[in-house]
Amino acid sequence: MSTDFSKAELERYSRHLIIPEFNIEGQRKLKNAKVLVIGSGGLGSPLLLYLAAAGVGTLGIVDFDVVDESNLQRQVLFSVEDVGKPKVEAAAKRIQSLNPHITVNTYNTQFTSQNAKEIVADYDIVADGTDNFPTRYLVNDVCVLLDKVNVYGSIFRFDGQVSVFNFVDEKGNRGPNYRDLFPSPPPPGLVPSCAEGGVIGVLPGIIGSLQANEVIKVISGVGEPLSGRLFLLDAATFETRTMKVKRSASNPLNGENPSITELIDYEQFCGLKVTEKQESLDVKEIDVHALRSLKDNEESFQLIDVREPYEYAIANIAGELMPLNSIEDFAARIDRTKKVVVHCRSGVRSAKAIKKLEDGFGFDNLYNLTGGIRAWAKEIDEEVALY
Amino acid sequence: MATLLIPTPLRKFTNNEARFQSAGGSVKSVINDLITTFDGLKPHLLDGDGNIRSFVKVYLEDEDIQSLDNEQTEVNQDSIISIIPAIAGGAI
Repeated sequence: MSTDFSKAELERYSRHLIIPEFNIEGQRKLKNAKVLVIGSGGLGSPLLLYLAAAGVGTLGIVDFDVVDESNLQRQVLFSVEDVGKPKVEAAAKRIQSLNPHITVNTYNTQFTSQNAKEIVADYDIVADGTDNFPTRYLVNDVCVLLDKVNVYGSIFRFDGQVSVFNFVDEKGNRGPNYRDLFPSPPPPGLVPSCAEGGVIGVLPGIIGSLQANEVIKVISGVGEPLSGRLFLLDAATFETRTMKVKRSASNPLNGENPSITELIDYEQFCGLKVTEKQESLDVKEIDVHALRSLKDNEESFQLIDVREPYEYAIANIAGELMPLNSIEDFAARIDRTKKVVVHCRSGVRSAKAIKKLEDGFGFDNLYNLTGGIRAWAKEIDEEVALY
Repeated sequence: MATLLIPTPLRKFTNNEARFQSAGGSVKSVINDLITTFDGLKPHLLDGDGNIRSFVKVYLEDEDIQSLDNEQTEVNQDSIISIIPAIAGGAI
């Protein structure tokens, strides 16, 4: 390789250059490498910061979102003045100011089956910093189909997972991919709801940093990449484990009888389209403006909040708290003679609560608040905290 | 007693217990013991036919039971069994 370094670069990277097994050859490999980071959130933040600082020559960032106040708890790429700006724009500015010697490409778009191949084709390695199952399977599949290494990290509350997928070692042996580990995603009903979500802010910092370390190892050839192994961290108990992952003959991408040769519809694969349709059609709805009219006109109605007490503590609109998990226990307290408006955070749990109450107790006067308390906070009362 | 480690997404069904002790002689008997104790876990671990769901991995030490003897894999008094769920991140 003929990549030359300026004096400024040599000085900047000197702590790499003096590691005997890394040295200037490792640094050249970093400079020549092209890494695509998908998602610039909790995992993407440390990934991008450390890969930029380390001198990865070309970094791509894919994200369609804008910076939100609630991101700042863990997405350390962003500052208060970035709120409302496109994430890729704010991220590129931040990492370019950290290291002006690198090239940053931005993709201010959702990563989809339609654009995935075109975006990924230009890169050597993909780092998965996404936050949902459809995109995780899409990232995995496009990496296998285009023969790219996928450096995987995932988090939930206090749990973290890291692995290196689709890595080919120096002997030409290909390692497992995400579908060898989890052939199919959990159905939507078993994915934690927003009441059960959340993540401790430092965890993506830890897991994203481990991903950055694996990216650097894969590029430089130094150390042993976490291929064929799954690292697990329970940050609550500080238990760490490393499990073996093997290739599966039944893997639909590259097992014995591959059935997936092109990217598919990942929303459908994860069962999301069906759920949204069912949940939006099955119950009567009322929007936040109609609810405000009920309140303003002092009409007689009952307002029920099916969230958890810890959510009520963040924001409430004076509903009677009856959490979804024990909604049946509250049935006797629900009025049958007047309009009853049921709400949660965004409208999914309240629809489920209404369904339970209609099916189990014969209610016919329940209305789901479309968009939940989030819609109320956005459209009616900006004093209500949006979470 | 064999020890089964419960991941955080499933601890809401185990009164937040991170570990479960069982005398069971096989992975299957340990899992059955677990879901008998905490019946809310059943739909998250087993499908309608009573098989372990494809999005849940069960490991004995650091080995996937699928590369051992599946649910019939023997466990001893010192065995550590782990349930590893698919997790995706923060989006709902």
